[in-house]
Amino acid sequence: MRRLLMIALLGVAQPVLSQDYSEESLPDPKQEAQAVALMDTLRCVVCQGQPISGSNADLARDMRRLVRERIAAGESPEAVRAWLVGRYGQWISLKPEFNDMTAPLWAIPLTALAAAGALYARRAKRRGK
Amino acid sequence: MTRKWVFWLPVLVTVGLFAMFLVALVRPSDRTIASQLVGQPLPAFDAPAALPEQPGTNSRDYADGTPRLLNVFGSWCGPCIAEVPVLLKLQSMGVEINGVAVHDRSEDLARFFSENGNPYARVGLDVQGRAQMAFGSAGVPETFIIDGKGRVVGQHIGVITEADIPDILKQLGAR
Repeated sequence: MRRLLMIALLGVAQPVLSQDYSEESLPDPKQEAQAVALMDTLRCVVCQGQPISGSNADLARDMRRLVRERIAAGESPEAVRAWLVGRYGQWISLKPEFNDMTAPLWAIPLTALAAAGALYARRAKRRGK
Repeated sequence: MTRKWVFWLPVLVTVGLFAMFLVALVRPSDRTIASQLVGQPLPAFDAPAALPEQPGTNSRDYADGTPRLLNVFGSWCGPCIAEVPVLLKLQSMGVEINGVAVHDRSEDLARFFSENGNPYARVGLDVQGRAQMAFGSAGVPETFIIDGKGRVVGQHIGVITEADIPDILKQLGAR
């Protein structure tokens, strides 16, 4: 009888505190994977060299909680990133973006390759003569 | 002619690169992270009362025609202690200051105020940093200058010193 009661009580037991998603994983593994991938590409504004997933700073903890809560609520990872970029600037994102400012950077390898190709072609032509 | 060019271009590029390295070494980049909200309305936030005798603060407190300061601080933060005398001075000049205490506890705040004085009209608790993140604030102390329409017109990162008072007053006046 007593055992039965215990089992029945276990069924209705609630966690003492509500989940704190700064350290706890989300129950849905797919959402958790999305959240972790996002946390790996958000820079901690306190320690600056680390993503928030690897930082012990209080603010990084707050951001992890924010990321998990928003993803659990159905927001897309990119929407969460945009929300943070809207507040802290592009700086907070560790994901390389292609935009007006970064375009020259992306163009460097292509330009170098084109220049090398042109040089090589010219040399080959000269050799051929 | 082209051969000369082929020789000198990489040399020039290298020299240019090293010049950039040198400049960056001599004058390291600014590492402060300014909020992107300057020029925009204060975002929605709610920081419940930290002390029984003083109201908390939320985003609806700011569009009433009075420009004021919103100070993000913490009782655990050393520089915030240094800032209190200057905030008290601003208060005595008629500037209204609201405080948002990040990662703080009521009992610690009560002690902080009894030791250093309380320059705030309202003090709200932001235990999980939600208000701080809404503001785009990266640390404490930081102070936002809010105009009478509830828009963020300026951000002061770090301790406000005596020398900053004229600038703060000017920003408060500029509506």
